Amino acid sequence: MKRKIIGLIVCLCFAFAPGFSSAQDLLIKNGTILTITRGTISNGDVLVVDGIIKKVGKDIKAPKGIKIVDATGKYVIPGIIDSHTHIALAATNEMGNAITPEVKMRDVLNAESTSIYTALSGGVTMVHTMHGSGNPIGGENIVIKMKWGKTSEEMIVHEAYRTLKFALGENPKRANFSGAGTPRYPQSRMGVNAIIRREFKKAKNYMEQWDRYLNAKKSKKSAKNLIPPKKDLQMEQLADMMRGKMWARCHSYRADETLEFIKLSKEFGFKIAAFEHISEAFKIAKELAEEGIGISIFADSWAYKVEASEGIAYNAAFCTQQGVLVSINSDSGEKIRRLFNEAAKSMKYGGLSEEEALKLITINAAIQLGVDKIAGSLEVGKHGDIAVFSEHPLSAYTLCEMTIVEGEICFDRAQYLKERKEKEKKKKEKETKKKGGEK
Amino acid sequence: MIRKILACVVLVLLCASFGLVRGEDSGVIAIKGAKIIPVIGEDIQEGIILIKDGKIADIGANVGIPSGAISIDAKGLTAYPGMIDSFCYLGLQEIGAVRATVDSRETGRFNPQVKAVEAIWPDSMHIPISRSNGITTAIVVCTGGLISGQSGMIRLVGWTPEEMVIKPSVAMYIQFPSIPRFRRQTQTQPREQTSKQIEELKDILNRARYYQKRKEAAQKDTHLPLPEFDEKLEFLLPVVNRQLPVMISVYADKDIQAAIQFVKDENLKAIFFGVTEGWKVAGDLKKSGIPVVFGSLNAMPPKWEDGYDSIYRNPGILANAGVKFAFSSQSSSAAKDLPYHAAKAAAFGLDKKEALKGVTIYPAQIFGVDDMMGSLEKGKVANIVLADGDILELGTNIKYVFIDGIQTDLSNRYTELLERYKKRH
Repeated sequence: MKRKIIGLIVCLCFAFAPGFSSAQDLLIKNGTILTITRGTISNGDVLVVDGIIKKVGKDIKAPKGIKIVDATGKYVIPGIIDSHTHIALAATNEMGNAITPEVKMRDVLNAESTSIYTALSGGVTMVHTMHGSGNPIGGENIVIKMKWGKTSEEMIVHEAYRTLKFALGENPKRANFSGAGTPRYPQSRMGVNAIIRREFKKAKNYMEQWDRYLNAKKSKKSAKNLIPPKKDLQMEQLADMMRGKMWARCHSYRADETLEFIKLSKEFGFKIAAFEHISEAFKIAKELAEEGIGISIFADSWAYKVEASEGIAYNAAFCTQQGVLVSINSDSGEKIRRLFNEAAKSMKYGGLSEEEALKLITINAAIQLGVDKIAGSLEVGKHGDIAVFSEHPLSAYTLCEMTIVEGEICFDRAQYLKERKEKEKKKKEKETKKKGGEK
Repeated sequence: MIRKILACVVLVLLCASFGLVRGEDSGVIAIKGAKIIPVIGEDIQEGIILIKDGKIADIGANVGIPSGAISIDAKGLTAYPGMIDSFCYLGLQEIGAVRATVDSRETGRFNPQVKAVEAIWPDSMHIPISRSNGITTAIVVCTGGLISGQSGMIRLVGWTPEEMVIKPSVAMYIQFPSIPRFRRQTQTQPREQTSKQIEELKDILNRARYYQKRKEAAQKDTHLPLPEFDEKLEFLLPVVNRQLPVMISVYADKDIQAAIQFVKDENLKAIFFGVTEGWKVAGDLKKSGIPVVFGSLNAMPPKWEDGYDSIYRNPGILANAGVKFAFSSQSSSAAKDLPYHAAKAAAFGLDKKEALKGVTIYPAQIFGVDDMMGSLEKGKVANIVLADGDILELGTNIKYVFIDGIQTDLSNRYTELLERYKKRH
């Protein structure tokens, strides 16, 4: 009862959101199931119980009273994962300083942002929402699920890697932002590299100070009035990077700056989960493949600035074929609802198979975020994050019919159309009444 | 030496295969065995298209191929008319953030004298990329101010602007003053400002009419003084004389209604651009007879209350209401994506055949070139695309593009960079 009341309130609050079914149990019947990792099942079913996928196959018997989604003629895929966005945030860049690893996107999550609903309308169930690229060392990013109507805390995916944003090139050197205040250091690519190195050297020193202090404390010979080093939140974050507790996600466009950053990661022993945008990945695909570093890129957005002017549409396919783990991101509150269109372009430009193309927005993104055990494919034991499409999701004519997060229907086009019809009907009635009154 | 000769031979062969095989030089080109989607008329399951002198000499299921014709085996491919982008910045914008490469905008509020085609950069890397996706013709537009300048029509091939221009001037672009979105909070002032700007537009058109009268009078009567040359008014004469349509960018429902009234009051030939809330005033648009060009559908709904898909379903609603429409990329770096805007509209209610018309015959009609292009018909310019599937689909590959009967080179910046770096891997 209480749940129902809450559900009702949520529905009222978000007049345009589809109604939630409060239960996390669901059976999708008779669709073309694109599991991504285990092939395609035609006329297949997916059973979700308590938000977890319990069965994927044919002719699954419906447990008593379970909600059934008829997917006849439709396509069922795992929820799309956007591995680089800035949605549902109250702030993106902390521009007061060039070095801001202490700021956390978790602190500025905005659960009421309509961008969550927009993402759902394009089949997206999970996003990596990030600090911007204004600073060489930005803030800590966060992975959230698109649980429209829930609190920001409930959206957080705790299984995901902790990631820290880094940025190279034109944005941190403020190349395209002339006139906006006093120029700050760094203003060049060498400055960007140097400042990142400086911070890691500082952090190394900081770690050593603490090690010495803790060792001294343990030692019987130590002085009684031993003073601990000052806690530094920036240094703690970078120390966590070097301890392997947090991964770098590095915004880069050019091949050369990317290679320099890989060198930095080796110098200080931190891990890189993925390079972001990296227009020129195809130039250094073999290095990326050798290092096992993924890339999170646009399908073909390019030429909006000089460093993006060699970002060819073949990037995703070519790097995939060279053994690089590639995901396609939106970096946009608008493009996020058509990531499936963007992924499809990799078939035309470079000849990826349908399955490979779909991986770019599902399992590959999940691996990059460290959530492939719970998301990114339709497999037993994974979360019931699912999207249903009217036609093959890689067709230009498709549209998202339904988006399910942990067994709950969070977007339902049929429901949306129903509500719109009712609204239009009411509007018409009001107008005719008004006209009648005027007479 | 042998190497040099070999290189020469290879070069010649390459030129022959890629480069601009002219139908007129070698007589006739015969495209054989393709499925033909002529857009006007019935689809042909397997047919022949003959190209001669840059035109479609014949088309049909049973067409005799003259001896000596160069034939192209197009079995398994589908022939479409080349697509027309009704609003783009091809050749005018190269790299967005670099002002030095952006020529699509002039300063000032009234610039009827500027012509987009006079700034076209034929070497733009975006042109071959668009062409390789089946786009053969584009309306290039300059924006900014109230009267932005003249849009022109170009073919997406040519070494010089002159070789590219089809029509130097197809529309005078006007950015219609719009009522700000949050009009409820600031009710009176912005409304006044909007109507003031509309008055300014009317004023300059009236001045053009008066200027014309004085010129005509002076021509008849040599005793009368010839008016001072006025650049702005001079270039508005074809507009007030209804020889040149205005292309008015207008978005919200109320603004569209105001723009319809403006066009009526001023007795102009008009095309609307944008029209994102056109679906709310579909009846008014239909009644006005004004055709519309949709901007990029890769955009958020202008009003959240209208529903997440209002941008997507807008074309379908207007098409059903009987409004003539065309699609556009509204871009240069993403101009190649023109077909996908049409497909998106089809996903949200527009008939698929209508969607195709929105990038072929309808823009040809809107810009007055449907006697030349927009469909595969005998006598029309041979702008022909051969694709391995539905031309609006994301996965479809374009195999041949003919512009004015000439087979064009499909290599581009993408393929050049890819080939170069393949060598490294």
